[in-house]
Amino acid sequence: MTDTPSKFGEVVLETKDLRKHYPLTQGIVFKKQVGAVRAVDGVNIQLRRGETLGVVGESGCGKSTLARLLVGLEQPTDGSIMLKGKDLSKVSSRDMRSVRRNIQMVMQDPYTSLNPRMTVGDIIGEPFDIHPEVVPKKGRIARVRELIDLVGLNADHINRYPHQFSGGQRQRIGIARALALNPEIIVADEPVSALDVSIQAQVVNLLERLQDEFGLAYIFIAHDLSVVRHIADRVAVMYLGKVVETGNEDEIYEHTTHPYSQALLSAVPVPDPALRGLRDQIILEGDVPSPANPPSGCRFRTRCWKAQEICAQEEPPLMVRPGSEHPSACHFAEERQVVGAVS
Amino acid sequence: MSDLIPSATSDEPALQSSSSEGAGATGGTASLWSDARKQLIRNPIFVISSLYILVVSSMALFPGLWTDQDPRNCIISQSRKPPQDGHPFGFNILGCDYYSHAIYGAQPSLSIAIGATVGIVLIGGTLGLLAGFYGGWVDTIISRVVDIFLSLPFLLGALVFLTVVKVQNILTITMVLVILGWTTIARVMRGAVLSAKNLDYVLAARSLGAGNLRIMLRHILPNAIAPVTVLATIALGSFVAAEATLTFLGVGLQPPEESWGIMITDHQVYFLEAPWLLIFPTTLLIGTVLSFILMGDALRDALDPKMR
Amino acid sequence: MTTEAPVKSPSTARFLSQLDMTAPPLEVRNLHVEFHTTSGEAHAVNGMNFVLSQGETRAILGESGSGKSVTAQAIMGILDSPPAKITHGEILYRGVDLLKLSDEDRRRVRANHIAMIFQDALSALNPVFTVGFQLGELFRKHRGMSRQASKAKAIELLDMVKIPAAKQRVNDFPHQFSGGMRQRVMIAMALALEPEILIADEPTTALDVTVQAQVMGLLSELQREHNMSLILITHDMGVVADVADSISVMYAGRVVEDAPVADIYARPAHPYTKALLESIPRVDLKGQELAVIKGLPPVLTNIPPGCAFHPRCRYAKDNCKVPPEPPHYDVDVNRVAACHYWREVIES
Ligand SMILES: Nc1ncnc2c1ncn2[C@@H]1O[C@H](COP(=O)(O)OP(=O)(O)OP(=O)(O)O)[C@@H](O)[C@H]1O
Ligand SMILES: Nc1ncnc2c1ncn2[C@@H]1O[C@H](COP(=O)(O)OP(=O)(O)OP(=O)(O)O)[C@@H](O)[C@H]1O
Ligand code: SF4
Ligand SMILES: [Mg+2]
Ligand SMILES: [Mg+2]
Repeated sequence: MTDTPSKFGEVVLETKDLRKHYPLTQGIVFKKQVGAVRAVDGVNIQLRRGETLGVVGESGCGKSTLARLLVGLEQPTDGSIMLKGKDLSKVSSRDMRSVRRNIQMVMQDPYTSLNPRMTVGDIIGEPFDIHPEVVPKKGRIARVRELIDLVGLNADHINRYPHQFSGGQRQRIGIARALALNPEIIVADEPVSALDVSIQAQVVNLLERLQDEFGLAYIFIAHDLSVVRHIADRVAVMYLGKVVETGNEDEIYEHTTHPYSQALLSAVPVPDPALRGLRDQIILEGDVPSPANPPSGCRFRTRCWKAQEICAQEEPPLMVRPGSEHPSACHFAEERQVVGAVS
Repeated sequence: MSDLIPSATSDEPALQSSSSEGAGATGGTASLWSDARKQLIRNPIFVISSLYILVVSSMALFPGLWTDQDPRNCIISQSRKPPQDGHPFGFNILGCDYYSHAIYGAQPSLSIAIGATVGIVLIGGTLGLLAGFYGGWVDTIISRVVDIFLSLPFLLGALVFLTVVKVQNILTITMVLVILGWTTIARVMRGAVLSAKNLDYVLAARSLGAGNLRIMLRHILPNAIAPVTVLATIALGSFVAAEATLTFLGVGLQPPEESWGIMITDHQVYFLEAPWLLIFPTTLLIGTVLSFILMGDALRDALDPKMR
Repeated sequence: MTTEAPVKSPSTARFLSQLDMTAPPLEVRNLHVEFHTTSGEAHAVNGMNFVLSQGETRAILGESGSGKSVTAQAIMGILDSPPAKITHGEILYRGVDLLKLSDEDRRRVRANHIAMIFQDALSALNPVFTVGFQLGELFRKHRGMSRQASKAKAIELLDMVKIPAAKQRVNDFPHQFSGGMRQRVMIAMALALEPEILIADEPTTALDVTVQAQVMGLLSELQREHNMSLILITHDMGVVADVADSISVMYAGRVVEDAPVADIYARPAHPYTKALLESIPRVDLKGQELAVIKGLPPVLTNIPPGCAFHPRCRYAKDNCKVPPEPPHYDVDVNRVAACHYWREVIES
């Protein structure tokens, strides 16, 4: 990825050739590794202060695995994560806790991501139990109330249980918990996918407001391309564990050059009946190959209409190609207008 | 932002009732126990069995409440006299009051059952928790040990153990029941922990930096309480029965100890001439075993959201 | 596809003679469904009305819990009752009220005339039988075909839904298919007996957009070929715009707006429809706040009096807050809206 100057602050998060392979084993007593699921397979991303990076891609392409790696729920098989210039694999375990505080997560499912046996106050206050140095014991309740207020809930509900709230309200509780430790980066794994359309907008607005207020940087994972377009400054398109194209919102949505991004965008239905039949829809044949056994060369070649011999032999690197200004991992990268793809 | 805050506060009225509606869709677990309580109170089987257990427990704890006779005060001439005024259960072969005998007999039976249950919950629970939580080789070792113990036939194991140690008192019998019984709890615990381990809220706590101990105690263990409670209740019943069985086979409690098992064993040959000597202790025993098992069953239904 | 005549019994003949082939394939009138719950009666469907014309694709659009699936299940006669109870209404198939039919006739309608596709294809297929067996079963049971012939039919169907190498794949089990393929198998199964009406309950919600495009494309193609009438249940405004002819927008178990697809998107006449459309992110409004619908969806045990939408509505006036609920005002020839102030809404 190029280091073009940007209106956002310094780079706060960067991954270098990040990989996560889950071993596939056989046998119960004597386990034998018979292969690996390459869930994340060489991902390079950069995130600047105050910026939102959207990550899109089909189910199983490794978005959640990437998120879990970033927040430390999984250890990378290879590659590195740099948080504010520090390589996480080199940070001593003593410093790790305070470094990790800077990056927090919002989960997809508001119904399962809150412990049903804890009150809202306990849930939002738990980060302070784990990191007692952040807020002095006396100030905790006040801080929790402040957080509840910040995400637009009623602070008097501090003693209620999660099941007494609706999905959208629970998602706000999850956001308050993520904000508790004053992180600079929030990784949101499909934060609005489980919500109804009418509630989604409330949560998206809240995330944007918090970003403006605190200069947060977001990794925003979603499969709804129109929500990503709305919230993201830059977008990374993933396919089978790799980023195949990245660029700012306009580059990806209006000048996409990778055939997979083109197909993905063209498949999104447009909420405008006037455009029916006018769109240039690319219908992909076949299914996503297994990440345990990805195709040689370009991973997309088995479903790509442009594929030539070279695609099976050489893996196209993610780089800026002639005739375009943003990186794309296709030997035949070429702009194609996907009419009104995502409105 | 301006419309965020009012929108949230205007939720007020809907919020109150959303708990009742949400219950169906989201299965709020915080209300699991309170819902269960409501359901149990309305379940006659549960109410009757818990009343029965209450009665039996008070016999064990405060025998003086139930009888003022001393079971050891025996008059041989009264031997095998049938139930009569003041002596509702009649007299045993030695001419002791059988009713007070039965009251005092509750204590050893229940002590063993409760002791053994506490033992299996502690041992089985801990090992199951460790196996499920850490996985890997810890799990492999614990699971294999569980398999070995499960392959031991219960009665044979108990007979061999009690014959070898030669001392047959409350402590040794409790021990043998724990040794042979912890595996069921361990298995259930391991399963509950495994399914809780990857719950989103556990991952959320982990991503906040929570340590293992906190995750186990705060987030995982509460998920296992329901299945373990059910199993422990049923285990109480089976241990009462097991104590009687071992005594009957001659490796359990020995006289002068008094227990329902001993009462049954000692009077088995008098069934035809003095049937009450067998009927009273057996009825008490069966009632206790059955009550515990029915309670466990009712608990299982009440705690299973799918049954609603 | 060939049509082998179903084995006709006298009762079938009687049933067929009642049908009025000039009547619309399906009409739902004032349908009410309640669920008995511990916290009271949940009014899941409250006066559902719509007409499905021949060859039409009608979308039923609404948020989670608005009663879409319950309506579909009521039409199919597969509601779980108790707790569900149909308290009012008629469901007319070619003029015959399905709710008055015997169980046997109901089953016959379900098998031969109305079919349904479910959201979760994996759980709708039996994991222990091959896909071919499950498809063939339909022909053996309802058409009295032999094993051989039914297998040939199964292959033909898999071909029809564009499963590659259908000859080999018939012997596979459901778990050996991907999500999109399973949904196509479900479509094949639903179409096997050539129903007149197909109800698709969120057929693509569980699928990726790329696969969704495949499946929706296939579905509309087959619908055209077989001249079926299609009820498409969804909450995705995009999918609706792509394939539907008309839309019934549901809120709290009731149709709040019913109109041809172009009209709804161009000039919504109900505040709820309007708000839904506004909450879709738009390119030209990037950087601005998204329009939100304030408040929460209603609690079905305690639906607000008058217009159920009034607590969240920015057009609401005092008369919206008291019964009766707003009637279906005629907005246009084919178009109704259940809002007292539809004129204001449509003009703003
Ligand atoms: N713990 C694990 N063990 C083995 N394989 C895993 C594990 N977690 C994920 N995978 C595999 O890694 C791949 C990527 O999964 P991941 O959950 O990251 O996808 P995703 O992009 O988030 O998909 P979705 O959109 O469905 O959430 C999948 O093939 C998945 O099966
Ligand atoms: N078996 C049931 N018992 C109790 N309530 C039920 C049952 N089935 C459905 N309901 C209730 O009926 C209401 C309508 O449900 P329905 O499934 O029709 O919603 P839907 O519009 O299909 O939503 P979704 O988009 O989530 O599928 C819901 O509030 C639901 O809780
Ligand atoms: S009837 Fe009243 S409350 Fe209902 S939608 Fe119309 S204006 Fe809003
Ligand atoms: Mg995911
Ligand atoms: Mg539904």
